[in-house]
Amino acid sequence: MSTLPPTKDTTPTGGRQRSAKVFWSQFVYIATGNPVTLIAFSLFLMIVIIAIFGPVLAPYDPLASNASNALQPPSWDHWFGTDNVGRDVFSRVLVATRLDLLISITAVAISFVVGGFLGMLAGYYGGWWDRLVGRMVDTIMAFPLFVLAMGIVAAAGNTVENIVYATAIINVPFYARVARAEVNVRRNAGYVLAAKLAGNSDIRVMALHVFPNALPPMMVQVSLNMGWAILNAAGLSFIGLGVQPPTAEWGIMVAEGANYIVSGEWWMAIFPGAALMLAVFTFNLMGDGLRDLVDPQRRT
Amino acid sequence: MSGSRLAIVGHRLLQAVPSIIGIIVVTFLLTRALPGDPAAYFAGPAANEESIAQIRAQLGLDKSLPEQFWVYVVDLVDGDLGTSLTTGQEVTDDILRRLPASLELTLAALIFSIGVALPLGIMAALRENSWIDHLCRVVVTAGVSLPTFFTGLFLLYIFYYLLGLAPAPLGRLNILYLSPEPVTGLYTIDALIAGDFDTFWASFTQLILPSITLGLFSLAPIARMTRAAMLQVLGGEFVRTARAAGLSRRTVVITYALRNAILPVITTLGMVFSFMLGANVLVEKVFAWPGIGSYAIEALIASDYAAVQGFVLTMAILFVILNLFIDIIYTLVDPRVGIDS
Amino acid sequence: MPLLDVRDLTVEFATRNGIVRAIDSVSLSVKKGEILGVVGESGSGKSVTSYAVMRILDRAGNILEGETLYSGMDLAHMPEAEVAELRGREISMIFQNPRTALNPIRKVGHQIEDVLHAHARAAGANLKMAAVDALKQVRIADPEQRYHSYPFELSGGMCQRIVIAIALACRPQLLIADEPTTGLDVTTQKAIMDLVVDLARERNMGALLITHDLGLASAYCDRIVVMQDGKIVDQGATDTLFANPGHPYTERLIRATPRPDSLLRDLLTDREETTTPATPAPATQASPEVLLEVKNLVKTYPVGSSSPLSFMDSVRRKIARTPAETFRAVGGISFSVGAGESIGLVGESGCGKSTTSSMISRLIDKTEGEIIFDGVDIGAVPAKDFARHELRPAIQMVFQDPTESLNPRFTAFQSISDPMRRLGGVTSTDEAWSRAELVAKQVGLPAHLLTRFPHQLSGGQKARVGIARAIALHPKLLILDEPTSALDVSVQAVVLNLLADLRQEMSISYIFVSHDLNVVRLLCDRVIVMNTGKVVEQGPADQILSNPQMDYTKSLVAAIPHFSS
Repeated sequence: MSTLPPTKDTTPTGGRQRSAKVFWSQFVYIATGNPVTLIAFSLFLMIVIIAIFGPVLAPYDPLASNASNALQPPSWDHWFGTDNVGRDVFSRVLVATRLDLLISITAVAISFVVGGFLGMLAGYYGGWWDRLVGRMVDTIMAFPLFVLAMGIVAAAGNTVENIVYATAIINVPFYARVARAEVNVRRNAGYVLAAKLAGNSDIRVMALHVFPNALPPMMVQVSLNMGWAILNAAGLSFIGLGVQPPTAEWGIMVAEGANYIVSGEWWMAIFPGAALMLAVFTFNLMGDGLRDLVDPQRRT
Repeated sequence: MSGSRLAIVGHRLLQAVPSIIGIIVVTFLLTRALPGDPAAYFAGPAANEESIAQIRAQLGLDKSLPEQFWVYVVDLVDGDLGTSLTTGQEVTDDILRRLPASLELTLAALIFSIGVALPLGIMAALRENSWIDHLCRVVVTAGVSLPTFFTGLFLLYIFYYLLGLAPAPLGRLNILYLSPEPVTGLYTIDALIAGDFDTFWASFTQLILPSITLGLFSLAPIARMTRAAMLQVLGGEFVRTARAAGLSRRTVVITYALRNAILPVITTLGMVFSFMLGANVLVEKVFAWPGIGSYAIEALIASDYAAVQGFVLTMAILFVILNLFIDIIYTLVDPRVGIDS
Repeated sequence: MPLLDVRDLTVEFATRNGIVRAIDSVSLSVKKGEILGVVGESGSGKSVTSYAVMRILDRAGNILEGETLYSGMDLAHMPEAEVAELRGREISMIFQNPRTALNPIRKVGHQIEDVLHAHARAAGANLKMAAVDALKQVRIADPEQRYHSYPFELSGGMCQRIVIAIALACRPQLLIADEPTTGLDVTTQKAIMDLVVDLARERNMGALLITHDLGLASAYCDRIVVMQDGKIVDQGATDTLFANPGHPYTERLIRATPRPDSLLRDLLTDREETTTPATPAPATQASPEVLLEVKNLVKTYPVGSSSPLSFMDSVRRKIARTPAETFRAVGGISFSVGAGESIGLVGESGCGKSTTSSMISRLIDKTEGEIIFDGVDIGAVPAKDFARHELRPAIQMVFQDPTESLNPRFTAFQSISDPMRRLGGVTSTDEAWSRAELVAKQVGLPAHLLTRFPHQLSGGQKARVGIARAIALHPKLLILDEPTSALDVSVQAVVLNLLADLRQEMSISYIFVSHDLNVVRLLCDRVIVMNTGKVVEQGPADQILSNPQMDYTKSLVAAIPHFSS
């Protein structure tokens, strides 16, 4: 047995710690370490709560119109005022949170899975996989993305599902590119080769060694993309695609309010727009926080 | 330009070909892959059985898909994008008529965007943690959160309704003025060419709010990339060599740092153009700007499929040209391009 | 009066973990015409000292105390504008990584002109002439042509010459060279160092050579200063310092630096003795049984990556019917390794040694030839299928960069136990832990470090984890790809001894891939020298080093810096 002196640090410990609640302590450490991250996570939590409990929290029925009470400015009764058919803007903004969030989360989830998977294959195997995925991504990216979304919704039909699919399609290239780049960089790293030497099959290497390390940059992309996906969906509804009145959705509410803002009734358009802005802003801020959480370099 | 550079530029042009092919295929599929009967879509919601059958024969929709595609391509080469349901005109004519308005808007937005973002990013990088650095960071974080249509409405409310500074959002030119003699199609330029300063000012003031709205969102990624690229380059090893060799600060910042930092910024412009061409549509709706964006919205509402298809195709081709332009500029600036790494 | 006189220099850095004192009361001096070597391992503060002298410290760095006198003027307290005047004109600096030290999009000739212009040494039409002249001074062939080159078109050695040209263009009095040969091939290293020293002597300049390589310092420097943890621990004239080191750290460094005549055990100081008897390292019981046989091994790569341009290239080629160009990384080599034998595979970068070892370990496929291991033609098994082969556990590898070779998301335990779980039939966590702890003990890694992540371990500790992972399955053949080149010389000494002990205990055969002949000689019975994909010479290690036959081998041996003693 070699008795070469071990390295300097000789403090004895048990050695077999469980990492069960390590994740939670990590989370608290990251969240409290940076005040901006904390704000972002709190806002995100608030938005999620509103999305889930929106209809319960809303003081009025978002679809209940009352012509005599139309176009009232913000007051104690109606915090955000009423719109042109007398509906309470505050309730509508609250309820719209769920729809907007659902659309974007679904769209981003689809594009993350599809794009990430394709990008991983392209980055790991190279060759004609790479060319195939590259062609697909290039074709999508050849269009200005919002225009392509417009075209897809126009062609496939003016429904909310198609808004989701269109947004998912135009986001696939981002994930595919990030996944491909990150996997490509790590493909020949020492630890990946070591994993192969240890008897891991290609699939195991990709899934357990490469992908977990490629995850942090993809997570940042997810958060940034969420904001962009929300803007896209709202933009499409603003020009009249997807969501139809009287559904409460931020984009369509701004569109309806646009007619009145030039005559001074600002609350119809400004409040949903501000809500939209806040949601996007939250997701953008969260990008950094998410990356810290997933990146082991930042752990205690 | 040396021979090899020319060859690389030639290569880049060739690379645009698969993109254009892809665009043509996708736009074709978009309208032929419609659920239901394409002929009914093209005939319009008010059509009856007879006119649908007529349209079907006219557009060759009874032929096989590959045949249809061939006809589509042939028509395209001819410049024939079909006929618009709403205007009754050739779609190509409609688009060409309305394109200059969008171009003027996009160009103005681009000038505003780059003109503000570039110096902001550079200054922020040079003076870390100064007020300008914080301003840059605020602009970047807030900028990417702004919904373009919301910004437009907000600016309208403040500057038109409250402050009365901006003109009414009624398009490119107040009806009191006549549009200038068309040379480029851009009212501002044409007015200047004609020496008509009143018309120039009138069209310019109409242009301010829409172009700022459009440019505000793209301000953020350009400023962010400029700042990040400058910081990275300034911390890089060759800048260290330059400083150690005693080069003046001006030489270090401009010749060594900036020229290298501008490269990733140029590549960012691709995404910026993608966004701008899309957001055009939103801005045109808010400000009643008579460009192809509002044309597309009208077409969408009226289910005018030929017009929508023409719009998507035009925007895509425009985008390809803009990207080519960026690629070529990049190739000229970076001598390393074309080397297999 | 000395040219450069540093007195009690103290520098601090503001980091996220608080204030860190990088150097503490450092005093040294350089006379005109003298070459001073500053030697130390990573973290010793040697580079920080030079950066502080030049006043090019990071924003976070701060000169707390002390003076840096250049010809009597205190640089540390001068206004920036005045210091900028002196940089390049009176004091110049050259760095490591020559490729990245040059502006990638600017012609090298113009970069030299920039310096001349900045210090008003030439103007207008004379600029180009002066720049070409500067290129001639650094002995670049075809200086008029090279003037128009971009850095990416030049080799590492040529780039370093350009860096030197820029530094010396204005004829400064003092040159600071911060690890100028790191990243360069051994033969290029010698050429560059000879150039620097020649020019310095010619112009009667003072020079400060910063290096971790004691051999290099002893070969080129008049006086040497030894730094450890931010302080100067020893200094003196080169001869006397080596004959009579004043400080135990110096002694340890001297012993740890492999020399043509040192023995493996000699690398360690008395405190680090082992229980195994001190036998001359390469003496092992190498049996005549052949474990690995490589016959006419060839590896070619098609030229052209998956960049978009190559799509059109391949179209063009099809039209022109020309064969795709190929790059012959390994051009037909043959050798064998006996059971328990240790072979060194030596060569400069690009010689094909890493490609060869990748093929033998079945990470990449061969193009032609045979690889016969334990009687089985493993070369015929495709690389992607080899993970399931029964011989997979028998061939393992230790990688060069300890940081890059450990999964940043795996603890040391997870990295070590992965092969055990995959191929070693270990199923329960308890069993994995007990076996991991056993292996950790074998490599001298304290058990409590097993729960740490790579970024929480030192370079030496990471190296041990990599070795533990490789021997976890008790392989018959261990391929070591430059396992110590990224380590400090004292850590290297310990790791090399560890490897020698493991080999004796476990009777493993080694293929030791390296560019460092001295290190190879310590650990290997036989040496195979490679160049541009072919075997140049092979034979017993001592013989190759003392009596090289082929010209290339001779130049390799000659390039090793010799100790002046």
